[in-house]
Amino acid sequence: MRFLQSHPRFLEEAYAVVVRLLPLGRRWLKPGGLVERLVIPLERVSKGAIFNCQMCGQCVLHSTGMTCPMNCPKNLRNGPCGGVRANGHCEVKPEMPCVWVQAWERSQAMPRYGHELLNVLPPVNRSLQGTAAWINESTGVGLKNPAGWVDAPEVSG
Amino acid sequence: MTAQTAFSSGSRLERVLRSGRFAVTAELNAPDSADPQAVYERALVLASVCDGINATDASGANCHMSSVGICALLTRAGYEPVYQISCRDRNRIAIQGDVLGAAAMGVRNVLCLTGDGVQAGDQPEAKPVFDLDSLTLLRTVRIMRDEGRFLSGRKLDIPPRLFVGAAENPFAPPFDFRPKRLLKKWQAGAEFIQTQYCFDIPRLQAFMTQVRDLGLHEKLFILVGVGPLRSAKVAEWMRANVPGVHVPDAVVERLRKAEKPGREGKRLCIELIQQVREIPGVSGVHVMAYRQEELVAEIVEESGLLSSRLVS
Repeated sequence: MRFLQSHPRFLEEAYAVVVRLLPLGRRWLKPGGLVERLVIPLERVSKGAIFNCQMCGQCVLHSTGMTCPMNCPKNLRNGPCGGVRANGHCEVKPEMPCVWVQAWERSQAMPRYGHELLNVLPPVNRSLQGTAAWINESTGVGLKNPAGWVDAPEVSG
Repeated sequence: MTAQTAFSSGSRLERVLRSGRFAVTAELNAPDSADPQAVYERALVLASVCDGINATDASGANCHMSSVGICALLTRAGYEPVYQISCRDRNRIAIQGDVLGAAAMGVRNVLCLTGDGVQAGDQPEAKPVFDLDSLTLLRTVRIMRDEGRFLSGRKLDIPPRLFVGAAENPFAPPFDFRPKRLLKKWQAGAEFIQTQYCFDIPRLQAFMTQVRDLGLHEKLFILVGVGPLRSAKVAEWMRANVPGVHVPDAVVERLRKAEKPGREGKRLCIELIQQVREIPGVSGVHVMAYRQEELVAEIVEESGLLSSRLVS
């Protein structure tokens, strides 16, 4: 399934469809019921196979070059740290390519959402770990920032 | 930089930078000691040649005296510390509390860092925190300062006055993303930047060209990291073991061939400072000399950085 990640353009189009479909399921996509018990493993298996999804519950893949930033050992959601090795591999896990080197490359092949890599993302809500991002997005919980958060101005350049 | 009507912080470093002078900051090696004298001895050597002293936050994931402790000692004695905050060891609750504590003790500069991974240090069994990243940390400090609120939205009675900085490493991939990441850091709230060690001028020039194309040199004060290498062996050790340090082979060769590698390392550092100074958009240097504080004063003096200054 990972070969899909080398075609991020296809993935971002798939994402665009999912985002449009989610509101249709709003009636059923609610936490605490049978649907959640089904959706969680479904997400874990499908996104796990393609993205090695870590189930943070706040999916931002379209803003991070269709590369799951929670695979970064430092959980960086806003770009690479300064420790990336000369061969483009991770500082913490030398055998692993840096998540952000891949995210940057893939974002270049994403005409629709690629530019979102330049947005400053808010801190992740750690209390959503292990829950279903699709349900969180549908109910709005996953889109909520810390109450005091003020977005950085959008990147224009 | 465009003139501003008011300073954000009351920081001396900010004043120097906004006045257009080429600034010098230096890193204080945090002691493994509970003796304040250890901090004061090191600060005394650095203070005569620099506009700000960086207090490192367990750099390289090695435990030393805390940066907030060092800053408290430094402000008490009238020095100008730059308080380094890493996301590795503390969550958002601890960090915001420390920012208030530091500001209350007179700290006026902060440097927001991701932090080296715990695997780099002497206690790799530790739990890495990384609750925030450097960008969300920058944003959090700016929200505290500008909105007078915690991240939770709760109001602060008196907001901290801080000059807010971040780091960048122009010498690590992905190279094309680095200047754009710098743009993100500015957007998140950075006002000054201190870079990783520079031993590769062409790479820095390529980076600065992209930075100028984005107009960032007019939005951010960029201080380039430099430091003396004691020998070829140290250079090789650093590039193998210190995350993000890039030392070109030519530099290692030069040290290996030198009769007195220590002196050659110092000369190389002075040359780098002089070359860095010529690059448009660079506002200063940040000198990092691991356990060689006494060398920092010599390097800064011999590089001629101070001769252009009026005695203050």
